[in-house]
Amino acid sequence: MVLHYGPQLVNLLAAVLLLLAFAMLSQRRILSLINLFAAQGLVLFMATVLVAMITAQTHLYWSAAVTLVLKVFLLPWILHRLIRRLNVKWDVETLVNIPTLMIFGLVLVILAFNLAAPISLLAGTVTRSTLGIALATVLLSFLMMITRSKAVPQVVAFLAMENGLFFAATATVYGMPMVVELGIALDVLVASLILGVFLFQIRSRFDSVDTRHLERLKEQ
Amino acid sequence: MSASGLVAQLTEVALAILLAPLLSGWVIQCRAWLQNRSAPGLLQPYRVLAKLFEKEVVLAHNASSLFRSAPYLIFGCLVLAAAIVPTLGTDLPLNPAADAIALVGLLALARFFIALAGMDVGTAFGSLGARREMMVGFLAEPALLMVLFTASLISHSTSLTTIVETLAHREFVIYPSMAFAGVAFTMVSLAENARIPVDNPATHLELTMIHEAMVLEYSGRHLAMIEWAASLKLFVYSCIGLALFFPFGVAQGGDWLGLVLALPAFAAKLAGGGAALAAIEMVSAKMRIFRAPEFLGTAFMLAVLALLVHVLLER
Repeated sequence: MVLHYGPQLVNLLAAVLLLLAFAMLSQRRILSLINLFAAQGLVLFMATVLVAMITAQTHLYWSAAVTLVLKVFLLPWILHRLIRRLNVKWDVETLVNIPTLMIFGLVLVILAFNLAAPISLLAGTVTRSTLGIALATVLLSFLMMITRSKAVPQVVAFLAMENGLFFAATATVYGMPMVVELGIALDVLVASLILGVFLFQIRSRFDSVDTRHLERLKEQ
Repeated sequence: MSASGLVAQLTEVALAILLAPLLSGWVIQCRAWLQNRSAPGLLQPYRVLAKLFEKEVVLAHNASSLFRSAPYLIFGCLVLAAAIVPTLGTDLPLNPAADAIALVGLLALARFFIALAGMDVGTAFGSLGARREMMVGFLAEPALLMVLFTASLISHSTSLTTIVETLAHREFVIYPSMAFAGVAFTMVSLAENARIPVDNPATHLELTMIHEAMVLEYSGRHLAMIEWAASLKLFVYSCIGLALFFPFGVAQGGDWLGLVLALPAFAAKLAGGGAALAAIEMVSAKMRIFRAPEFLGTAFMLAVLALLVHVLLER
């Protein structure tokens, strides 16, 4: 049953991942953004478990567990705490208005699908067709990172980009070696902690977490 | 054309005409339950229709014949639309008459007439409502077309019965593209049926209304036809949604037993759909009117994504 519908279910979860990436791109509220990020982590966890079940690769269960702990519970918790202490729950400004952003996103998806098509023809894994979606998720998160002016959404976008990379690795080569995976997980965790500290510094300097202030730094 | 097909066709049209107000009543009932207040009763839409049919028609002096004929034209368009969506059986005699594109065309024709009628008398409200309706319409229509095209790509045909037959009776396959199409379709049908994120069906507040603004000048039996057509539109959209995304239980070909079994399945699916609609309306807030293009733009984008995902994952 799982083996028969497994690849189809992975495809479905991949589609949901892309859907969530677009939802994050169009989201105006930081709080919902973080919840969407947690949902993306959950979908990623389910997809990884499914791939592990289909291919009987035990190390994938470990990376799924790391995903669950880190991306569904720990990082959203840290982010929630961060926005509570920074007191920035609601406003997300985008530099480009959202409908335009959506069209850019659509173009990126077409680009990613076209880029991935020849690569996935070479791959022999059951999940090879999802590579395009993984690539699209990475590009969409990147787009989100460069079009947000506030720092917290930029951090969330950075983390979402890692989600996309992780999914790409799972889809094409059934996950990276455990050492690499743990290393990246640790990196992301440390990065989010450092960025948290960084945000407080920005706020105490400029009274806001708008990163546009950083463009006008001058020596006094 | 077989006997069972003819029976299925006639039952479908009769059900659509008779049950459409009941579906509206059911949605109101569900909303009342969710809001913890007592509902006006399931049959209230019928009582409203009966009352309106008895009342005398008041026409503006400068109302043209278009104004008087529009309610019947709109009603006719929607009855025909209800007839070509396969909900009970896939062997419909009317099927060759219209495919998915013609279905969108029929809905557009109904919208065209209601907008013209709104502007006919020349009141400020009417033209305001008509303009808003056309703004929503021109964004919602391509999105609806894209949703139908996604289903057409899966079944290699734009004929609605072929689409439903492919989705319901072939081997069960998970289509990720239909997930996107489903979200897009939900957004389009909320906008098209004047439901909460875009319009509010329960109020006559001038800043927010779209549909109600166009029909303000109508009274008596004309208003009854318009109200009936509005509930019929909701019914047609529910039928399209059920046919595309939950086609299970639809009878195949000339299967009499399947046809009998399709009836309770259809009723259960409709009841579920109505409850889901009420739930969506409960958890969302009314948008500003200028957010509506963004909402529908997102719907269109999701529908295009559905096409792309189909090309990538399901070929």
